[in-house]
Amino acid sequence: MIRSDIIKNLIPVISNEFVVCNIGLPSQELHMMDDQPTNFYMLGTMGLSSSIGLGLALAQDKTVISIDGDGSVLTNFGTLPTIANNVADNFILFIVDNGSYGSTGDQPTYAGQKTSLTKVAEACGCENVIECQAEEAVDVMTAAIASKKMTIIVCKCESGNIKVPVITMDPVVIRDRFMRELAAANAE
Amino acid sequence: MSVNDRIVADFVKNKIELVTTVPCKQLAGVIEKIEESKDIYHIPSNKEDEGMGICAGAYMGGKRSAIIMQNTAIGVTVNTLVTLTQYYRMPLPMLISYRGELGEPVACQVEMAVHTKALLAQLNIPTYHFHKEDDADELDAILKHCFMCNKPVAILTDASFWKGY
Ligand SMILES: [Mg+2]
Repeated sequence: MIRSDIIKNLIPVISNEFVVCNIGLPSQELHMMDDQPTNFYMLGTMGLSSSIGLGLALAQDKTVISIDGDGSVLTNFGTLPTIANNVADNFILFIVDNGSYGSTGDQPTYAGQKTSLTKVAEACGCENVIECQAEEAVDVMTAAIASKKMTIIVCKCESGNIKVPVITMDPVVIRDRFMRELAAANAE
Repeated sequence: MSVNDRIVADFVKNKIELVTTVPCKQLAGVIEKIEESKDIYHIPSNKEDEGMGICAGAYMGGKRSAIIMQNTAIGVTVNTLVTLTQYYRMPLPMLISYRGELGEPVACQVEMAVHTKALLAQLNIPTYHFHKEDDADELDAILKHCFMCNKPVAILTDASFWKGY
């Protein structure tokens, strides 16, 4: 299974949650398969999906899921100690670990070699770190949402991409509809 | 009231509830006051672009935020300022120690000081320079301006403002 298979399988589970999606293909895949206001697509700024998600989770009560990648976590490695030391139990960091920089042509990352993101997250002090295979993603995500505990999921899968269109939506529209939906959910 | 207390009071008055910081010697006092404040959640960042991501999330979650950092961070965060904060049109007050100005003992800091205002100008970031303690009288208005226009705003604070290094 590749990343797009995982995202497709996760949609029934995450469709009603607030999702921050990583730059490039992950956002484009989610946008193509399940575009809706509860998705925040990153159009730039590689690495910050987990930081944006943490800020969101700390600021309000609804569950926030950051879909991240192994390459992006490596780019913003400082994020894991910050997450570990600022626990937000409404935050789930889902790292699609395909061992490659998928959006730029599947160049190998160190996470696909000697470096274990699971062990790094644990060493940084993250408490609920779960490594799973692509086939287990739906069950692990379902349990993480139900647990109401901050959870880091490292989901191992194969590298590879499908053809997807770029997102042409205006960034302010993406941000504004996401904020309105989130504010409405919190006002309920 | 000390200048550090005044800065934190203006943050609180403007409903800033989350502040992320990357330390600088000049900022040690204000960071300590942020940590002590009961009205502000202080979240230290390991790198300034990470902090700006956290601030972006907090803003979308309905909380006002700010970042406290050194001017060297302008070099680190250009891409984030442009493709996140500005592209999605988000407010971000940046309280910045302006290292490398008069009184600076570390020569290397001057290397970034000479680029600081030029970079901020190139990025079309509204920039204010606090040189004397009274300049902080404008902080309240600057914060209101920032949240009115949804832009990152830079407040450069030099060694003279902090009364030494
Ligand atoms: Mg990858």
